[in-house]
Amino acid sequence: MKLLKTTLASAIAVAAFGLSTQASAGTTLDTVTKKGFVQCGVSDGLPGFSYTDARGAYLGIDVDVCRAVAAAVFGDASKVRFTPLTAKERFTALQSGEVDILSRNTTWTSSRDAGMGLSFAGVTYYDGQGFLVNKKLGVKSAKELDGAAVCIQAGTTTELNLSDYFRANGMKYTPITYDKSDESAKALEAGRCDVLTSDQSQLYAQRIKLAVPDDYVVLPEVISKEPLGPVVRRGDDEWFAIVRWALFAQVNAEELGVTSANVEDLAKTSKNPDVRRLLGAEGEYGKDLRVPKDWAVKIIKQVGNYGEMFERNVGQGSELKIARGLNALWSKGGLQYAPPVR
Amino acid sequence: MSTHVFKPDLPPPTLSVGVLGWLRANLFSNGFNTALTVLAVYLIWLMVPPVIQWAVLDANWSGTTREDCTADGACWVFIQNRLQQFMYGFYPLSQRWRVDLTVLAAVLGAVPIFVRAMPRRWIYAIGYLLVYPWLAFWLLHGGLGLQIVETSQWGGLMLTLVIAVVGIAGAMPLGILLALGRRSHMPAIRVICVTFIEFWRGVPLITVLFMSSVMLPLFLPEQISIDKLLRALIAVTLFEAAYIAEVVRGGLQAIPKGQYEAAGALGLGYWRMMGLVILPQALKLVIPGIVNTFIALFKDTSLVIIIGLFDLFNSIHQATVDPAWLGFATEGYVFAAAVYWIFCFGMSRYSMRLERRLHTGHKR
Repeated sequence: MKLLKTTLASAIAVAAFGLSTQASAGTTLDTVTKKGFVQCGVSDGLPGFSYTDARGAYLGIDVDVCRAVAAAVFGDASKVRFTPLTAKERFTALQSGEVDILSRNTTWTSSRDAGMGLSFAGVTYYDGQGFLVNKKLGVKSAKELDGAAVCIQAGTTTELNLSDYFRANGMKYTPITYDKSDESAKALEAGRCDVLTSDQSQLYAQRIKLAVPDDYVVLPEVISKEPLGPVVRRGDDEWFAIVRWALFAQVNAEELGVTSANVEDLAKTSKNPDVRRLLGAEGEYGKDLRVPKDWAVKIIKQVGNYGEMFERNVGQGSELKIARGLNALWSKGGLQYAPPVR
Repeated sequence: MSTHVFKPDLPPPTLSVGVLGWLRANLFSNGFNTALTVLAVYLIWLMVPPVIQWAVLDANWSGTTREDCTADGACWVFIQNRLQQFMYGFYPLSQRWRVDLTVLAAVLGAVPIFVRAMPRRWIYAIGYLLVYPWLAFWLLHGGLGLQIVETSQWGGLMLTLVIAVVGIAGAMPLGILLALGRRSHMPAIRVICVTFIEFWRGVPLITVLFMSSVMLPLFLPEQISIDKLLRALIAVTLFEAAYIAEVVRGGLQAIPKGQYEAAGALGLGYWRMMGLVILPQALKLVIPGIVNTFIALFKDTSLVIIIGLFDLFNSIHQATVDPAWLGFATEGYVFAAAVYWIFCFGMSRYSMRLERRLHTGHKR
């Protein structure tokens, strides 16, 4: 088998074009440092998470996660290249070393974490399945949806979550399933169904597609847990720590009031020991991660703290206008919590 | 003696000539046809005015953001805004002249091949086919003084054309060889060709692309990764070669045995018999089939969306998920359809011209 593999490999190596050699020895960090950029797997197009603007630049919260890692490693958030991946090929791309980080609205589940040789480095966005309804219905809560016609955007777990939720609450519904998000939005608009269900982050995108978005409202209930976060290969704890702490640094920065506007001043003038440790003014915390001392300063300066990243991509600064909800800091009633730097 | 003078012919009844006559003969010849005509006119009346209303009369033509799309109709502002990306993908702005130059070189370089007065056209054509691919690769990919542009930055219509042209140029010779091999008298060659053709015809292109992008990396050692585009190109070429092979085989079977025997009697060996006598006749016969395959190939290039390549269709899909332009998917897909139609229709017209020009031997 090994001989076959070697023969095959050398046979293919003869064809010069298109072959790129990735350093096999060493850790991901060494490989990344050597090639000079982070290779980041992102979605092939999801509003607010990863998409391209008219100039072809990648934008979105998933994209910013990778930019933050590049900022930590190289001090330059632009040293990252993106590989758009479909849902089916994403794990293979990570396992085969085609990408260094997979940041592609991937839900953290036990089977993926334990069964696929992957490690989830954190949660960038707490998502969950929700409902979008016409305001005219006068529905304030999903509990009032008994007997509704529900437009479902076909997904692996969407239908299951929906039927579980309605059964648990003793309610009936008529499912109408669509393949494409554009179709289900049109169906809701045409009155084919009373309510549209999908992951909450997507419902806000669906709402923009409607002729009068303000006539529709996303209900407060979230009926499933979909924590989305960056994924790395298992077995490289050093790289795992960098990705995890790049995200923690952003969350800590928001909690400590460090923003992209004031980070450089605070690094010099702040008296707060937490801020001084985070920004490298005190201690050698960057060294543990094998990144420069001012790694957090570079992240905050170039990508922003967690709050800035959220608002810019999916929050009030974007077209989507998603409320912080579960993604608010723990001190403000949300779930975003980061261990301290010390 | 008086001569008989014929009366002048009466004109034909007004109902059988001119517009009226044509209408009567073609649209209202009997009750059934009349009903069909009325139904068709009704359907056209039902569908065409709203489309024109949407696409032209009520459409928004100028502006820069979605706020400029105030009228009810189509928002072509979206297409305008993204047109560059639909054409070039993520190809660096400062390097896009290279793509233009590649296309220009292809067109200008091909012109002499179609000038019938030119001497030694065949030698020129072969030279062109040997030199141009290297030139195009150099211009698009870079190196030797030009900035390298990774294939991951290729996209839009340019990528669609690269896949289609490479697929066509690669599948044609390979397909001819496979067709000849399938009719070969040597069992080993015949078995290999039959196996190849039946294997590739038996699997859907989407599976082939999927395997090349999801399974192949798992089989290869970690330090070797084959360019994603190259994988797609190889997959498309092998796949289409199998189809071309069967089309060409159809042509080969239509050539009477006498032609082979006559060529043999003239002392021609296998390759000269095929090259000078059989193939020129066979290929001419199957032009419609070959063009049919190529048109299908051109449209099939949009399947690379499933392996995350940003061809024309995927670029448009990508633009429709930009939060700044959510909800304009219809405009995007209509534009995609228009571009694909222009190319496919162009190919079809060219093949008809070619057929007429080569329609010599079996003209009676």
